Amino acid sequence: MAEFNTSIKDQGAVSVINLKGYLDAHTAPILENNFVDLIDKNRYQIVVDFKELAYISSAGLGVFMAYIEKIRESNGDIKLSGMNDKVYNIFDLLGFPLLYEIFKSETEAVKKFTEIK
Amino acid sequence: MKTKELKVKSKTENLSVIRDFISTSAAEARVTPDVVENIILAVDEACTNIIKHAYKSFPDGELIIKTKSTQSRFIISITDYGNSFEPDSIPEPDLQKYYRQKRVGGLGMYLMKTLMDDVKYVSIPGKHNEVLLSKNIKVAQSNAG
Repeated sequence: MAEFNTSIKDQGAVSVINLKGYLDAHTAPILENNFVDLIDKNRYQIVVDFKELAYISSAGLGVFMAYIEKIRESNGDIKLSGMNDKVYNIFDLLGFPLLYEIFKSETEAVKKFTEIK
Repeated sequence: MKTKELKVKSKTENLSVIRDFISTSAAEARVTPDVVENIILAVDEACTNIIKHAYKSFPDGELIIKTKSTQSRFIISITDYGNSFEPDSIPEPDLQKYYRQKRVGGLGMYLMKTLMDDVKYVSIPGKHNEVLLSKNIKVAQSNAG
């Protein structure tokens, strides 16, 4: 069984989702539920931190595509942080860096939201 | 030439079993670690497509994954007995359109083609479908010169 879990913490208006383990077609629904919960609570400023993510397939990447439009329509954004080279390369192959802001650290990503205000 | 085989049911929870199998057999074939990672992802994408599209997420279908290595290539064959295209019910032009749409639309398909050197589909309606993924490899030499 692929090990994957997430944890969510709020830093003011920003919610940070920390990913851990293997994100594939089997585990992607866990992350989908996180986005659904945050949207339900009208929390649209979201940072997803990849520091502890070991693996991602297109099913995982698809989750980001599924919710970004709704979140941006609500004046929010999904910002990404802490990717290792392997995970970044997959994002890069699919052109994701043009669609999402990617930061080295979670702190920088959170800060970007507060700077805009 | 070494060959290995894994048979699993069409459940997404088996994707991790499939990745472990590919990791082990590619490492045994002395494929370099960074290339192993790419092969694992390509096979994951192929199997995810089979589970979702050929078996439409029906969990009791069968996936047979075979690996074969030669001096210069690492080849993976994935066979399934899910939906293939029935010439009687689906006219030829629609079949081609369906393939085209999958290739253009799917992130997974794009990754497979980008990460591997060759991707081939063979579909025998009513029998089986087979995906063949192939990667040119440079195996680590044990002796210099």
